[in-house]
Amino acid sequence: MLPEYKTSVKKVDNEEKMSGKALFTDDIQMDGVLSAVTVRSKISKGKILNIKLPTLPEGYYFISAKDIVKENVCNIIFSDWPVFADKEINYKGESIGLIVGEDKKICLDLVDQVVIEYEEKEPVFDMKNSAIHKDFEKGDKSVLNDPNLESYTEKFQTGYQEQVYLETQGMLVYLDGDKITVKASMQCPFYIHKAICRTLGYPEDKVRVIQPAVGGAFGGKEHYPSLMGAQLATALVKIKKPIKMVFDRKEDISFTTKRHPSETTISALIDKKGKIRALDIHVSLDAGAYIGCSGVVLSRALIAATNTYKFDYVHISGDAYITNKIPSAAFRGFGSPQSIFAIEMFLAHVAKKFRYPGVLYKNQYLVETGDTTSTNGKFRDKIILKELIVKAKEMSDYDRKEKEYSKPNSYRGIGMSYFLHGCGFTGSGESDLIKAKLIIRKDKNDIVTFYTSQVDFGQGNRTTLKRIVVDTLGIPEDHVIYDAPDTDKTLSTGPTAASRTIIIVGGLAAKAAQHLKDIWVSGKEQEIIEPYVGPDYIHWDEATMQGDAYPGYAWGVNVVEVSFDPITYEVHVEETWSVYDVGHAIDERILVGQADGGILQGLGYGYLEVEEMANGEFRQKTMSDYIVPTSMDAPKMHTAFIDNPFKYGAFGAKGAGELTFVGGAPAVCIAIEQAIKEKIYKIPANPEYLMEILEK
Amino acid sequence: MKIKFNLNKKDVIVDVDPSMRLLDVLRNVLHLTGTKEGCGEGSCGACSVLVDNMPYDSCLTPVINVMNKQVMTIEGIRESKEYETIANSFAKMGGSQCGFCTPGMIIVTYALLMKNPNPSEEEIRLALSGNICRCTGYQAIVNAVKDASKGGKHE
Ligand code: FES
Ligand code: FES
Repeated sequence: MLPEYKTSVKKVDNEEKMSGKALFTDDIQMDGVLSAVTVRSKISKGKILNIKLPTLPEGYYFISAKDIVKENVCNIIFSDWPVFADKEINYKGESIGLIVGEDKKICLDLVDQVVIEYEEKEPVFDMKNSAIHKDFEKGDKSVLNDPNLESYTEKFQTGYQEQVYLETQGMLVYLDGDKITVKASMQCPFYIHKAICRTLGYPEDKVRVIQPAVGGAFGGKEHYPSLMGAQLATALVKIKKPIKMVFDRKEDISFTTKRHPSETTISALIDKKGKIRALDIHVSLDAGAYIGCSGVVLSRALIAATNTYKFDYVHISGDAYITNKIPSAAFRGFGSPQSIFAIEMFLAHVAKKFRYPGVLYKNQYLVETGDTTSTNGKFRDKIILKELIVKAKEMSDYDRKEKEYSKPNSYRGIGMSYFLHGCGFTGSGESDLIKAKLIIRKDKNDIVTFYTSQVDFGQGNRTTLKRIVVDTLGIPEDHVIYDAPDTDKTLSTGPTAASRTIIIVGGLAAKAAQHLKDIWVSGKEQEIIEPYVGPDYIHWDEATMQGDAYPGYAWGVNVVEVSFDPITYEVHVEETWSVYDVGHAIDERILVGQADGGILQGLGYGYLEVEEMANGEFRQKTMSDYIVPTSMDAPKMHTAFIDNPFKYGAFGAKGAGELTFVGGAPAVCIAIEQAIKEKIYKIPANPEYLMEILEK
Repeated sequence: MKIKFNLNKKDVIVDVDPSMRLLDVLRNVLHLTGTKEGCGEGSCGACSVLVDNMPYDSCLTPVINVMNKQVMTIEGIRESKEYETIANSFAKMGGSQCGFCTPGMIIVTYALLMKNPNPSEEEIRLALSGNICRCTGYQAIVNAVKDASKGGKHE
């Protein structure tokens, strides 16, 4: 039976994308465009003593730290990553310079001939140098003194994960008059804009960033393009000719940012009946060589550490460690997949210890409407998690299968994960840092145009945001124009990240459209500039990690069924059932797309995708080594949404992009545990790891 | 070296190194950018084209291998009636998100349905298995192929 999507509209970019007409960065043709290739460090830590260049043919250039116009720093949340390594090298692959010239092959050759003398130092690869520490607690501490409680501890590890957006990173820069103009595969036009202005010391109106078609991002194009932008803009100022830098897959996998590897230790104090009275959670994240956004990733990991549960007392702490490895950065979920994996597995293991079947054990800890969050904020909006669970059980025939597969040698398993995702930037970030402003205007012919800085890299937000405005105004679709972001035309409505696009920017677009409608005079030019105003109940203290971390939460339940081959140790995911509360589902087809893609990426994270680091270098560097799920690996997926409109989102919608990723890994691992009757402490739970467990 | 082949139903002659990848000839010499490079090593299918009606990874195909053969890219396929059916089914089922894999997926679908107008789900998944999609989870694409095989009903 094929689905019918009743609430869906035609996706605005379908035609251009299916026909191959859409222009992605590398598809853009420009006369006289030069290629840039990066010269990278071959050591993990040390000092550059000397750079010896080959003789550069006419028209070929070497651009490096000495060409920096103003500031040798890439503007990222915490700006410690240099545009070009100057004297210090902090990871293998760090950019030292660019070779720029007409023929990419010649550039590649020249890069190979650059000889760099280093003074090598001992690199640090283990998590021992903490750069950021966070710590907070909640509840009644007196329970810690209860002598009748037993202590139980487990440790969990998660590996790197590579985004594998199908279009690799790429950027084109050129001068339009004296304006630096950028077209790139990106997530956040204003991040790139700011990074370029900062390194060049240019005013905002001298830099323009325009978004072409973008082939996937998943967090991987949130920060890295800022570095490319700062580098290429530096080259452009010197060379004054259009320059393009497009990574091949190997360079992209080898040297761009990944999901933070983690180690989480959870200790519980448990009473005689098996009830957890107190919990201590510590999350360690490997930030790599530069901090960048790791502080924010750590915050999210910690805030999500108790997931959908409440306990009498919790102490949560964590560290982000600096190591001499490729910096880790954003990836769908942003820290929460790591800590949610840990708590889901921990509770499954404690349940086993006390012989509770399936999810019965963890159900006693579920948060309810009005409860406090892990940071002593409040879950204000109606929580319908229990309804989600009932529905997911029903769809998957969970209870029967759970019982059946728990028999010895079933080689089949079913696992169920619960999860939530805070939508929007942490705490008061939306009102204090991002301060989104949206322009909507109408011309004399009553044609409405509005602008956001949200990039559609596949999530369908160009369609949904437009629809929000069309439906609010109640005018025909072709009377509304909504194009991809261009920093010359739009005010910043913030980055395309943090599952904020629909809940925050969608809400803002609806409000702006409503205001335009309120003052609408046909035949007259009118304009509204709508600033974001957050719900007034949000109070957040980043230093103490106390208060309301997010304006709203989206919720989900995943059920995953697997079979296990005891000879090859291979796992096959048979089927998945997912139920979500994303507020009100505006466009079902787009949401199902997010749900299917999200869970498959989450499953891959849990059992398939291996990215190992050895001596500061990734072992898997190509798509034949780094395996992502194919159509044969992908299970049949069933998805349902339960309506629970959110007061502050557009048409009641909350975020969905990241939520759908988070539950895949724990659900598949709980299922595998049932199939193999052993415990899993590490992902990816690939055949090698399962063999290790089973043969110990 | 001058190499002649039939591209999208027209004869073309290119004067290039015979070992040049067909992908580069299409994109950089002939400026047909609908064919994408996702991996450059035969692992993703974004560069799929038809050579004598069989799907090929153009990143692994030296242009000399298509001498005197018939090559179809998305630029040619999109002019066909079959494309219209397939594209409508992709739209209806949500088979395209970021769109980077989509031309390749459509090429492979086209080839499958030519050979097997009524494929089972297994056969569809097998036919698509050389084409990576990181956005959709494949379900929507499999549904789209099924829908197209039933002639699709236009939206
Ligand atoms: S680019 Fe040819 S298979 Fe990936
Ligand atoms: S739609 Fe993005 S890779 Fe398939």
